[in-house]
Amino acid sequence: MWCRKLKDLACGAGPHDNIFRSEKMSLAQMYLQPEASYETIAALGELGCVQFRDLNEGVSAVQRKFVNEVRRCDELERKIRYATNELAKDGLKVVDLIDDFPPAPKPKEIAELESLLEKTETEIMELAANNVSLQTNHLELSEMIQVLERTEQFFSEQESTNFDLNKRGTHRDPEQADGRLGFVAGVIRRERQYAFERMLWRISRGNVLVRRTDMEAPVKDPRTGDMVLKSIFVVFFQGDQLQSRIRKVCQGFHATMYPCPSAHQDRVDMIKSVHVRIEDLKVIISQTEDHRTCVLKAIMKQLPNWSAMVKKMKAIYHTLNMFNVDFGSKCLIGECWVPKKELEEVEALLADTSATLGSTVPTIFNVLDTQKDPPTYFRTNKFTYGFQVLIDAYGIAKYREVNPGLYTCISFPFLFAVMFGDMGHGCIVFILGLWMVLDEKRLCKKRAGEIWKILFGGRYIIMLMGIFAIYTGFIYNDCFSKSFNIFGTHWRMQYNRTTVLTNPTLQLNPATDTRGTYPMGIDPIWQSASNKIIFLNTYKMKLSIIFGVLHMVFGVCLSVENFVYFKKYAYIPLQFVPQVLFLLLLFGYMVFMMFYKWVQYSPHYEHFADSPGCAPSVLIMFIDMILMKNEVPTPGCMPTMFPVQRELETILFVVAIICIPWILLGMPLWIMCKRKYQAKHHVERNHMDVIMETIEIKGKEVIINEVNETHKHEQHDEEEEEPMSEIWIHQAIHTVEYILSTISHTASYLRLWALSLAHAELSEVLWTMVLSEGLQMKGYVGIIGVFIIFAIWVFFTIAIMVMMEGLSAFLHTLRLHWVEFMSKFYVGTGYEFQPFSFNALLTADEDD
Amino acid sequence: MNSAWLPPIIITCIWAFIGIICPFFARGPNRGVTQCCLMLTAVTCWLFWLCCYMTQMNPLIGPKLSMNEIMIMAREWGNEIKDSMDVVV
Repeated sequence: MWCRKLKDLACGAGPHDNIFRSEKMSLAQMYLQPEASYETIAALGELGCVQFRDLNEGVSAVQRKFVNEVRRCDELERKIRYATNELAKDGLKVVDLIDDFPPAPKPKEIAELESLLEKTETEIMELAANNVSLQTNHLELSEMIQVLERTEQFFSEQESTNFDLNKRGTHRDPEQADGRLGFVAGVIRRERQYAFERMLWRISRGNVLVRRTDMEAPVKDPRTGDMVLKSIFVVFFQGDQLQSRIRKVCQGFHATMYPCPSAHQDRVDMIKSVHVRIEDLKVIISQTEDHRTCVLKAIMKQLPNWSAMVKKMKAIYHTLNMFNVDFGSKCLIGECWVPKKELEEVEALLADTSATLGSTVPTIFNVLDTQKDPPTYFRTNKFTYGFQVLIDAYGIAKYREVNPGLYTCISFPFLFAVMFGDMGHGCIVFILGLWMVLDEKRLCKKRAGEIWKILFGGRYIIMLMGIFAIYTGFIYNDCFSKSFNIFGTHWRMQYNRTTVLTNPTLQLNPATDTRGTYPMGIDPIWQSASNKIIFLNTYKMKLSIIFGVLHMVFGVCLSVENFVYFKKYAYIPLQFVPQVLFLLLLFGYMVFMMFYKWVQYSPHYEHFADSPGCAPSVLIMFIDMILMKNEVPTPGCMPTMFPVQRELETILFVVAIICIPWILLGMPLWIMCKRKYQAKHHVERNHMDVIMETIEIKGKEVIINEVNETHKHEQHDEEEEEPMSEIWIHQAIHTVEYILSTISHTASYLRLWALSLAHAELSEVLWTMVLSEGLQMKGYVGIIGVFIIFAIWVFFTIAIMVMMEGLSAFLHTLRLHWVEFMSKFYVGTGYEFQPFSFNALLTADEDD
Repeated sequence: MNSAWLPPIIITCIWAFIGIICPFFARGPNRGVTQCCLMLTAVTCWLFWLCCYMTQMNPLIGPKLSMNEIMIMAREWGNEIKDSMDVVV
């Protein structure tokens, strides 16, 4: 299975996959016939490897040629949005497509699509309106029933007081003779109730009787869909005028009035009839609901397709808007950037499209020679993509400059691992990465938010970080703060029993107690030693500086590649040599001192001057070299590590100092001399910039285009443009920056030591304070205790040690790459190649 | 004397194989990337191991252990403590 995976990796993205430099790009010009333009752009969009330049930059959006078509697309999008919203209200979620997009609709299909969407919209609106009216009906009927039932109690009270004579009385037509009471019954929202009663009191001057009860269950307002609380009221009054006033007040407060017969029997009959009506209505409603659901489901299946098609259409018209309209020859002219490797493919596609459409004049495709800056395009595969994203986040590489992304593939996980070195935690990280990589195809389609997308996008980074962390953990001999004793410890106890039993702590003597060197890793005896940190500190600090200086020298050397490629050969002796000399003579020498000290001073040597007691501090020696001081050594020891050290250091220091004015003066003086030379000899600059190749399409019509385009003068020599003072200032800043950065960046690499120390200590604290306590609990309580404590330990391991420390180490590694490594050679002033690709457009859209 | 140098030589040979020989067997469209990765891995990992080895080659201090630790290590790691021990360099 993993063989297939490796093969998969190898068969990545096409031939000659090399991200050392960005791809070569060509600027091409396209002459399209208007009737073929839509299809051609659609085909190019499917291909996805050209980036169009906007030739109408000065023109506002409303003045462009295809603005009407864009408006039509907007209208269609609005309809689709409306439909989506309506579906969402019903709980049907429209899922966007992630792959397998339908092709853009052909021009004749566009009208069809428009009418289809129109029909859908009206259908949905009708259904919605229908639904609202049915619901309102239902609401009214159910409210009426409640009114009828509840007012039972009001009327029964009144009946005892001469009320039953009011047989003909309904709220519409109360009997007024002999002071009989009329009444109005209805339903009103609870929040309006008190204001309503106060108003009634006012208009009737206190001559009304209001009775009300609350409806317990809130009802759904059909128009807005909110749940509102209502209450039932009955208003008793006397007099005709009062009735009309009361009715007006009711209408003002949006209270619905219901007819309510006063006689008990009438009410009972009415209740029955309303029940019947409600039953009928319920049947109608359920049938309508089913129909609506059917229609909506059918729409739901189509919507993603339509949405994708409309988006493609809009993109095509936006692209067409970037073309120049040539009224003379009645065609559209556009310019685009194409990677050189894909030129043929694009030509073939254009020829094919012309042929399929059967147009009389085929599309013309010319390659232009230009001074403009092409976009930067890295052909990454799924493995290198993650690392390239990390580099691009700092700045897109200038066109054809060396790409640090290639080396980041290994240096990034490695430096992370130096800071994270722990086998157990590394295992966890590795398994996480491995799971995401093995299950790629399925997880690719999963949508779970921004953080998952970032995590999944970096799956190869995580997997590699895990592998390297396991390796560095193996060398540090640290697995959840415990060591493995694989090769057998190379330290021996040579104290006798009495000594051991009478001394609480003993220190082993390196002169007598070692038996060779532990072959791979740190000896496991150090894990239990109380002076472990002292030993590991010197080791890790030296390690950090060694790797730091190596990384930086590598960075400076990469700049040579750039100089050679861009043919700035003068820069090599004037800029590269002094820079690398300065770095190597001072900090390379420090690294040499470290290695020398490792070899020179040993407890096994007989010579006293080479014993551990005489080993000097590398840092102090380095400072003495800079300050030209001499330390007084302890008696019996030599002041220097090797005889000619002082002389050598003086020479190195002097040469390094010479490098500083070399960097400062070298470049500007050279430029000054070159300009004088050029001014003297009047070098003729070529005003004819452009050589145009025409590429004949399918030999149908041989079109010889020899257009002499005079491009605007992009300066051949940028230095012609810049005045000398600028160059001096620029160089001075560069010198100061470089010299200071050598020191500060070298010290900055000490974070490799600092973070790995912090990680080891945290790990140990977690073990000693948490798991160890649990393992020492005895008895039955211990069984449960260790279970719970293990859970706590695992939680903290994953939350703090893996997540927090991992994130922290990741960030520091990123900083080391961006600042310490890339500042030595990286320019990063390019812009990204963003091809016109439907796939990219649609997958980016669905992320929003 | 010879056997003391054996582990470093073996380990150096392993990394040299990975870093120098294996890149020649890289195939496929990603050949450049694979070769670069193999070489970088070999160099960095070998250097990392080397620093660790050289640190312990000539240790300047020894580990400070408590009584319990000494006794446990002596028993578990086959290094018995006797009433009188000859100190062997």
